[in-house]
Amino acid sequence: MELRAVSKAISSFKGKTALSIDTKNDHKTLLGADELVINMGPQHPSTHGVLRVKLKLDGERVIGSECIIGYLHRGVEKIAENRTYQQFAPYVDRMDYVAAVSSGLGYCEAVEKLLVTEAPPRARVIRTILTELQRIASHLLWLGTHALDIGALTPLFYCFREREEILKIFEKYCGARLTTHAFRIGGLQYEAYDTFEKDVERFCKDFESRIVEYETLLTENRIWIGRTKGVGILTAADAVAFGVTGPVLRASGVKWDIRKAAPYAAYDQYKFEIPVGTTGDTYDRYLVRMEEMRQSRLICLQAIENIPAGPIMAKVGKVLKPPPGEVYHAIEAPKGEIGYYIVSDGTVMPYRVHIRPPSFINLQAFDRMVRGHLVADVVAIIGTIDIVLGEVDR
Amino acid sequence: MQATMEFLKLYWAPLLCGVAVVAILPLVAGYIVLVERKLMADMQARLGPMRVGPHGLLQPIADAVKLLIKEDIIPDNADKMVFWLAPVLSVGAALLSLAGLAIGPAFQIAQDINIGILFVVGISAMGIFGIVLGGWASNSHYSLMGALRSSAQLVSYETAAGMALVSALLFTGTLNIKSIVEVQSQEGIWFVMLAPVAFFTYLVASIAETNRAPFDLPEAESELVAGYMTEFSGFRWSLYFLAEYTNMIVVASVATTLFLGGWLRPFAGVPWLNFLDFVPTLLVVAVAAYCLVRAPKQPTRVQQFFMLAVAGLCFVVGLVLVAPVVLPIAKPFYAGIHGGFWFIFKVSLYIYFFMWLRFTIPRYRFDQLMRLGWHFLIPLSIINVLLIGVALIAGSYFNLHGWGLLLVTTPAAVITLVAALLILVAEKERDAGQDPNAASDFYAG
Amino acid sequence: MADEPKEPKPPQVPTGDQPASSVPPVSAPPAKPAGASAPAAPPRAAAPVPPKPPVVLQTPLDNEFVTRFRTKFTAALLEAMEDRKQAILTVERSRLLEIALHLRGEEKFDMLADLTAVDWPRREKRFDVVLNLYSFEKNERLRLKVHAADAEEVPSVVSVWPTANWQEREVYDMFGIVFAGHPDLKRILLPDEWQGYPLRKDYDILQQDTAWVRENLGIESGQ
Repeated sequence: MELRAVSKAISSFKGKTALSIDTKNDHKTLLGADELVINMGPQHPSTHGVLRVKLKLDGERVIGSECIIGYLHRGVEKIAENRTYQQFAPYVDRMDYVAAVSSGLGYCEAVEKLLVTEAPPRARVIRTILTELQRIASHLLWLGTHALDIGALTPLFYCFREREEILKIFEKYCGARLTTHAFRIGGLQYEAYDTFEKDVERFCKDFESRIVEYETLLTENRIWIGRTKGVGILTAADAVAFGVTGPVLRASGVKWDIRKAAPYAAYDQYKFEIPVGTTGDTYDRYLVRMEEMRQSRLICLQAIENIPAGPIMAKVGKVLKPPPGEVYHAIEAPKGEIGYYIVSDGTVMPYRVHIRPPSFINLQAFDRMVRGHLVADVVAIIGTIDIVLGEVDR
Repeated sequence: MQATMEFLKLYWAPLLCGVAVVAILPLVAGYIVLVERKLMADMQARLGPMRVGPHGLLQPIADAVKLLIKEDIIPDNADKMVFWLAPVLSVGAALLSLAGLAIGPAFQIAQDINIGILFVVGISAMGIFGIVLGGWASNSHYSLMGALRSSAQLVSYETAAGMALVSALLFTGTLNIKSIVEVQSQEGIWFVMLAPVAFFTYLVASIAETNRAPFDLPEAESELVAGYMTEFSGFRWSLYFLAEYTNMIVVASVATTLFLGGWLRPFAGVPWLNFLDFVPTLLVVAVAAYCLVRAPKQPTRVQQFFMLAVAGLCFVVGLVLVAPVVLPIAKPFYAGIHGGFWFIFKVSLYIYFFMWLRFTIPRYRFDQLMRLGWHFLIPLSIINVLLIGVALIAGSYFNLHGWGLLLVTTPAAVITLVAALLILVAEKERDAGQDPNAASDFYAG
Repeated sequence: MADEPKEPKPPQVPTGDQPASSVPPVSAPPAKPAGASAPAAPPRAAAPVPPKPPVVLQTPLDNEFVTRFRTKFTAALLEAMEDRKQAILTVERSRLLEIALHLRGEEKFDMLADLTAVDWPRREKRFDVVLNLYSFEKNERLRLKVHAADAEEVPSVVSVWPTANWQEREVYDMFGIVFAGHPDLKRILLPDEWQGYPLRKDYDILQQDTAWVRENLGIESGQ
C-alpha cells in the first residue's frame, strides 16, 4: 500500500503534458525511437562546474534526465582517514569552495562534539558573524550566476562588487578569501582584528540598499517572472522525499532551518526569520534567498553589537584523540544541510569521515524538477538548485 | 567607355557616398561595439576595455586584426559554396539596404527612389537568407535548428514592424524617404507624436529583428542548440557581426526617418525657436570642455594627450556646426551639416536605447518571444493601422493639419492602448487556466 | 568547556548476541607496565602518572521510543544505544525495509538525511551501513545501523526514501555493498569501469585502478 502511494507521489509533478511518462523505468534513460538524447557538459558555461546532464527530449520538451557526476571526485573521505583531525580541516574548505567558512564551521563543531567540548562564547559569536557573511557571499554568487544564465547581464557585476567587500573582510581576518580555514577545532586561531566590527557594520549598513538594487532589476521584472515563475516546481512532499534541504526546501513550503531547529554556534541568541515560499518554483527560490540575505545581515548586525570578551580557544590540547565513538553533526550551510558523520577509534586520525553534501542531495531532485519543461529552462533549473560541484563530488 | 563616363558624370555623388559607406561602415560598426562595451561596463560598475589604446579606443582595430588573421575553419561536410555565400548574403543585404537611406538631405546613395522605405525594409529582410543558409551550410543539426529559430523570429516580427511602418506611412502618402521627412517638416510635427503606439511597436519589433536582447536567445549561449554562427570563425564571423550592427543602424535609421523627423531639428519650422540651432554646437563644445577638464587628471601622458586631441577635435566639429548658422557664406551647407548631425544624433539615441535594454533585462525564452510577437504585437499593430486610418479620415473631414491632427490621433492611440490592455488581460486569463510552461509547441522541429 | 569526562565509565556490556558495536579500543591499553607501578604510589616526585582509563561515551538507550520499537521488532533490534547524546539503533539486515517503512510511517522519520557505510575489516560482518534519519514533526534525529558481511546484500530503502538512490549508489561505488532492489545500481563518482572499492580499509590511499588510468588517460600511472 505504501509503496504505491510513494510511487504515485514520486511520479506526480506540475506541468503535465499529454505525454506518458514511463514511471517504472523512471531512473533509467532509454533511447526510444522518436526521442532525442542530448548531452550537456561536462564543459559547459552554464552548469557551474563539471556536470554532465543527459536530457531525453521529445521535440523541445524534456521527458527525462540523468546527471552524471564524479568529474571532480578527489577522494576527500579517503584522505580524511589519513590525516589528523586538524590536518583535515583545510580539505573541508575545498569541497564547497564558494562557502568555505560554513563547511569549516560544520567540521570544527562536529569534531568538538566528538571531543565533547565546546568553543568559548566569544569564538561562537565570531564564528556566527563570519558564517553569516559567508552565507551572504554564497547567495550573492548564486544570484549573479543565476541571473546571468537567464540573460540578465548586470546583476552579476553588482553582486560581485558586494562579494568583494566580504572577501576583503575574510582576507583581513584569516588571510584567505576563498578557502579560508577560518576556524580551528575548539574555537578560533585568530582574534578578530581591530576594525572587524566596524568593517562588518559598514558592510551591513551599505548592503540594504544594494539588495534593493538587485530587487529593482529582477523581482518585478516581467521577463524575469516569465522565465522563473512556474519553472522547476518541487512540491513539499517531493522535496522531503528527496531529502532536499536549504533554500530549495524552504521555497517548497517547509519551514525548517537547522539554525532554529537545533541551534549551533550562537544562533539561539539572535532574532531572525525563516523565509518560506509557497509554490516551490524558481521564483520562490529566488525570493527565499534574497530574504535570507537580509536576515543574515540582521544577524550580523545583532551579533557585532555584543561580542563577548574572553578566550577564543577551548582547552583541547595539541594532539586530538577523541574518545572512540561517532557523531553526526549537521549545520545549515548556504546550500542546505551539510552533515559530518565522523567515527573515531581513539587515534589521532579519524576512522571514517563522511560528509553529507547538500548539493549532492539537492541535485538528485533535478530530474523531478526538469520534467515537462523546455530545454531553455534546463539552465535556469540547474542554476536555481545552487550546486557546487566540489561539494557534489568531494 | 563613353557610356561609363556618362554614367560616372551623372552618378558620381552617390557612387562616392556608396564607396564611403562601404569603406567606413566596418570601422563605424567596430566603434559601435566599443561604445557598447564601454556602456555595458559603465552600467555594471566597471571600466570596460582600457588597455588597447587610450581608454581602449584602439580595441576595435585590435579585434579586427585578430579576426582577419584567424585560421579559416570550414567543417568537413559543409557545403563549401553556401558556407562562403551565407555571410556575404547577410552583409550584402544589410549594406544594400543602407543605400536607400538618407543621412541628412544631402547624403543618399540611391537617390530618390520612389519606393524608398519599401526598398530598405525589403532588402534588409533578405538578410534572413544569410542566416538560414549559414545554419544549413554548417552541417550541424543544432546550427540548423538555431538558424530556423532565428529566421522564425525575424519573420514574425517583420510583420509587426511592417504594420507599424504602415501606420506612419498613412500620414505621408508616399514611400519616398526624402518626402517622408519633408511631410514631417511641412506638418511641423513628428510622426512619433501622431502615432506613438506605432513607434513603440516598431521599437520592440526592431529589437527582435536585429536579434538583440531581450530577444537574443538564438544567438546567446543557447545551452544546447547553438546559434547559426557557431561554425563560422574569423572573418566570416565578423561579417555576420558586421551585418548585425549594420542592421541595427538600418533599423534605427528607418525609425528615425519615419517617426523621429529624420534630419529635422526639433521644432524645425518654428522661427522663434531658432536658437535651438546652437544646440549641436553646444553639445559638442560641452564634450570638448569635459575632455579639457579631465585631461590633467589622466594617469598617463598618452591619455592626457589623447584627451586634449579629442577636445580639439570636438572643438573643430563645433566650429563646423556653428558656421552655417552664423556665417552667411556657409548658410547653404546648413541643411546638409545640421541635417546630418541631427540624424546621427537621433540614430545614436535609438541605438543607445537598444544597448541600455540589453544590459538591463533578462532574455525571453523562445516560446515566450513568439507568443509576444504573434499574440500581442501583430494584433496591436493591425488595430493601430485601422484606428489611425479612421483618425485620418476624421482629420481630413475636419480639415486638421499639423498639430491639429493630434486631436484625432490621440483618441486613436488611447483606444489602441485600451485594446492592448484587453489583449494582455485575455492572455493572462488564458494562462491562469493553463500552465504557460506546459504550453504546446509553437514551432516545428 | 569540559574536556573528556574524568570519571571512567565501565565498558559496556553488549546486549543481545551481537558483538559490541562500539569500537574495540585500539588506544589507551590499560595494561601498560607503567601502570603496574602506579598502585605502589612511590613517594618519588617523578612518579609516572597512571594512564587514564579509556573514556567510553556510549550508553544503552531505553526511552519510550526504544520501548515501542522493541515491542514491535523484538528480534530485529540488535542494540539500542546513545553516543554523545545521539540515538543509535542497530537492526537486523534482512528486516531493514520493514523497519524503514515503520520508521517513516508510524514514527514519522520522513527524511533520510544521510546513508553511508563504515568498514571494520577485522569484524566478521565488516560493513556498517549507517542511515541518519530526521523527523520534522518531532525534530529528532535517529541513527540506524545495519551490519553486513562482504558479499551480503542489503535491502535498498529507495522505495521508502527516494533520496537514498544516489546515496546507495555512492556506498556501492566506494564499498562494493550491493543494495537489493535498487533501480539502477551503478557507480556514481568513479568511472563505470573502475575496479576496486576505494573506501574499504584494504584499499591503500595511493592505490588506483592503474589499468583504467593507463587505458583512459594514456599515462603510466596516476602517481
